[in-house]
Amino acid sequence: MKFGVVVFPGSNCDADMINALSKDLGYEVIELWHKDKDLGMFSTEDCIVLPGGFSYGDYLRCGAIARFSPMMQSVISFAGKGGKVLGVCNGFQILCEAGLLPGVLLRNENMKFICRNIFLKGDDGIVSKIPVAHGEGRFYADNATLDELENNGQVIYRYCDENGNITPEANPNGSLRNIAGISNAAGNVFGMMPHPERACNERLGNTDGKKIFHDLFVARKTELV
Amino acid sequence: METTVETAEKLGLRPDEFEMIKQILGRTPNFTELSAYSVMWSEHCSYKNSIKWLKTLPREGAKLLVKAGEENAGLADIGDGWGVVFKIESHNHPSAIEPFQGAATGVGGIHRDIFTMGARPIAALNSLRFGKLTEEKTQHLMNGIVHGIGHYGNCFGVPTVGGEIYFEDCYHTNPLVNAMSVGVVKAGQTVSATAEGKGNPVFIVGSATGKDGMGGAAFASADITESSVEDLPAVQVGDPFQEKKLLEACLELIPKGALVGMQDMGAAGIICSTAETSAKGGVGMRIDLDKVPMRQANMKAWELLLSESQERMLMIVKKGREKEVLEVFEKWDLPCSQIGEVTDGGMLQFYMHGALEAEVPAESLVLGGGAPVYEREYREPKYFAEIKKFDPASIPVPEDLKAVAEKIITIPNIASKRWIYTQYDSMVGTGNTSTNAPSDAQIVKVKGTKKGLAVTVDCNSRYVFADPFVGCMIAVSEAARNIVVSGGVPLGVTNCLNFGNPYDPEVYYQFVYAIKGMGEACKKFDTPVTGGNVSFYNQHPGGAVYPTPTIGMVGLLEDIDAKMTLDFKQAGDAIYLLGEVNDDINSSEYIHKLHEVEYSPVPHFDLEEEYRLQQTVSKLIGSKVIASAHDLSEGGLFVTLCESGFNNDLGFDAATSAKVRPDAFWFGESQSRVAVSVSADNITAFERIVKESGVPFMKVGEVTDSEMIVDGAVWGDIGDWKEKYDTAIEKYMQREEQYI
Repeated sequence: MKFGVVVFPGSNCDADMINALSKDLGYEVIELWHKDKDLGMFSTEDCIVLPGGFSYGDYLRCGAIARFSPMMQSVISFAGKGGKVLGVCNGFQILCEAGLLPGVLLRNENMKFICRNIFLKGDDGIVSKIPVAHGEGRFYADNATLDELENNGQVIYRYCDENGNITPEANPNGSLRNIAGISNAAGNVFGMMPHPERACNERLGNTDGKKIFHDLFVARKTELV
Repeated sequence: METTVETAEKLGLRPDEFEMIKQILGRTPNFTELSAYSVMWSEHCSYKNSIKWLKTLPREGAKLLVKAGEENAGLADIGDGWGVVFKIESHNHPSAIEPFQGAATGVGGIHRDIFTMGARPIAALNSLRFGKLTEEKTQHLMNGIVHGIGHYGNCFGVPTVGGEIYFEDCYHTNPLVNAMSVGVVKAGQTVSATAEGKGNPVFIVGSATGKDGMGGAAFASADITESSVEDLPAVQVGDPFQEKKLLEACLELIPKGALVGMQDMGAAGIICSTAETSAKGGVGMRIDLDKVPMRQANMKAWELLLSESQERMLMIVKKGREKEVLEVFEKWDLPCSQIGEVTDGGMLQFYMHGALEAEVPAESLVLGGGAPVYEREYREPKYFAEIKKFDPASIPVPEDLKAVAEKIITIPNIASKRWIYTQYDSMVGTGNTSTNAPSDAQIVKVKGTKKGLAVTVDCNSRYVFADPFVGCMIAVSEAARNIVVSGGVPLGVTNCLNFGNPYDPEVYYQFVYAIKGMGEACKKFDTPVTGGNVSFYNQHPGGAVYPTPTIGMVGLLEDIDAKMTLDFKQAGDAIYLLGEVNDDINSSEYIHKLHEVEYSPVPHFDLEEEYRLQQTVSKLIGSKVIASAHDLSEGGLFVTLCESGFNNDLGFDAATSAKVRPDAFWFGESQSRVAVSVSADNITAFERIVKESGVPFMKVGEVTDSEMIVDGAVWGDIGDWKEKYDTAIEKYMQREEQYI
């Protein structure tokens, strides 16, 4: 399995993502430029990653312009064919804007940018410490959509406390039902606000991010089989 | 337009300066030319009232690759073919008027200084000063300034890894916003801010030029008064997305070798960048101002010259290599236009639609060239008499130490700054190792090597107010101490000198003696001053701010895994205090905030003592005999021990055995002290090393599971103290509590 990381002009977590995937996790990674379109070197076993940052400045809604970029048209059709796509932070916002994932990401409840470690509970029950860094990460969708996401098992990560309890106090941004990450119904497109790529290296004192990548690309695959 | 001495004065020039200009040109300048001199000879660009003293600072060192003031920022060798580039700069005046944009463009400006030299910024820090936190004005300023710093830095994608924030009444009208950037560059990839080679094309790249920030440099060179808000157009507007693209485009272009030189446009825009690069290379330029991409119609020549529109660079390109430049900027969708070429003879000629609008010798505009240099008079401030009168016996020894400690831990200058720093992206770039393992200086990875950089900004300005000479030595010492205690070796200093009006002899005394103290300490620690900036006129009709010479310091860890952290590691470890215990409550937060003592002497400080302490701590870290190290600063020993306990929820059982007043022992701020924890198996080796060093030391207690025991009394659980410490500023911002 190999990864393609899309670089928008305002991406700023692209290098971190490439570093984590290639150096810390040992995957082959190809850098993709937003003005290009070619994804011919990828099969549906591979994954395209939309990294964090401010794609095109995000002075409008986050990700609202990025969805129209040439590369995103290819990513949308790649996802349609069953290829894996992961959006982290700004990448999650772009996936929602592009309609590849339901819901939207609104301004944080406290109206401020938030950067700190939070705890995350996967649908496998595993708790991980992962950093968040966003101003617009409050997941919002109508109740019918939220119910559907839950019933289909599409809520893959929720904000929790250190012991895995999903409480309002553990929710950093006011996301509905503490949602931190979701997948699409088909299970090949993932979006999450927290940054697993920032927690993959011993020298950073946190390698919980490796658990997240393992969960997304190794454990989940076995389940599907 | 014919100019007169009145025009000159309106532009902020003095009558004798107008005469100087006439002599240089051999004629009366026109308005455009006079405007150029007015900004270039403003305090902000010319350092005319400070340069005489700045030159007395140690400015050379074995590891410095450029001399102070020679380039946009300092450049030091960190080995293995890498260099570190760093600088701090103020954006006080714009932030006072328009906190969000003022602070945001301050961040943008300092990062530009770093990447204009070819380095990639990897860490940002800031030093902020506000008035009393309960004041609505302070809350408004803090909200805007913190939001502005976050807005720009978070989007630009450089982590804000550290900083300091103080709240003192003197900053009520004049908040201080000092921003520092640290970058790394591979040897051979640096770019100089110089113009050379007749016929080489000159390009302007980045944002289009508008009327924003008009005369900002001149604005920053005047006191703040009620009418300052009318200077609003002098505040620039920042676009971090544009700067991010500019960074990537510049760093992509440099290795191609098509550039002669590059200079960012900050204060005084086109005139400053063309004058400085030309003067440096001993050349001139012919510039067609009508070719500058403009944001609005009908801009006049002087407006184009002075505009401080952000995110712009001046590039001098090797003739014949223009296409490579254009291609890179096309890729990043950034405007890039040739606006002129290098000429010989040293004259700057600015044309507008073929007509010559201004013609001035480049050299005559710049610092070190024709810009005036003044010696200001100074005299000892009258308030020194008040300081001498202070008698510590007038402060009663507290009966309830715990009640005092509870107040101390929530003083905004001491309490956790998490309300502020969680609004900054501190982890982007995956290089900040301090998030999960805190230390006194922040430790950032130099990727591609085993090395780490230790970075810090420090200045307790109340100490400088009490004694400018000693206070500034303390500021340098604290910065060095923070780096040493974190396992680093100090490399160099960048300074941001925030003072009042230099024409006030008492303010100028503070400036002169602070510089003397800085020089003395920098020599001792072998940390040359690589550059920085001077911000005078931090003054309002009620008076000046405390003299605030903020010290930004960078240190090196050859092996990043050898870093030392500040947090206790396990219950049972012994806690030692290194350094002398003095009966000293001078200038402490304790007497200033809880007893409202405005005038008291600077705390005990001795440069030799400090140096010996740092050498010893370095040895202890190298010998791997200590588990944590944290220096004593505001709030004294008690706060240091609390902070060491917070990260791992460990408490301490500590007691005083020194023959000093208990409030001095726990809350005194006598300098040159570090608290360390030592595991049982290392105690013998630890004590041997310290005894050999001659540094006084005493065991003060041991680490506990979570209980806090002070002088035998149980003070509760460390978690409860942490809660108070963490939430104090948040509560003030929510106006739930009254200021102490």
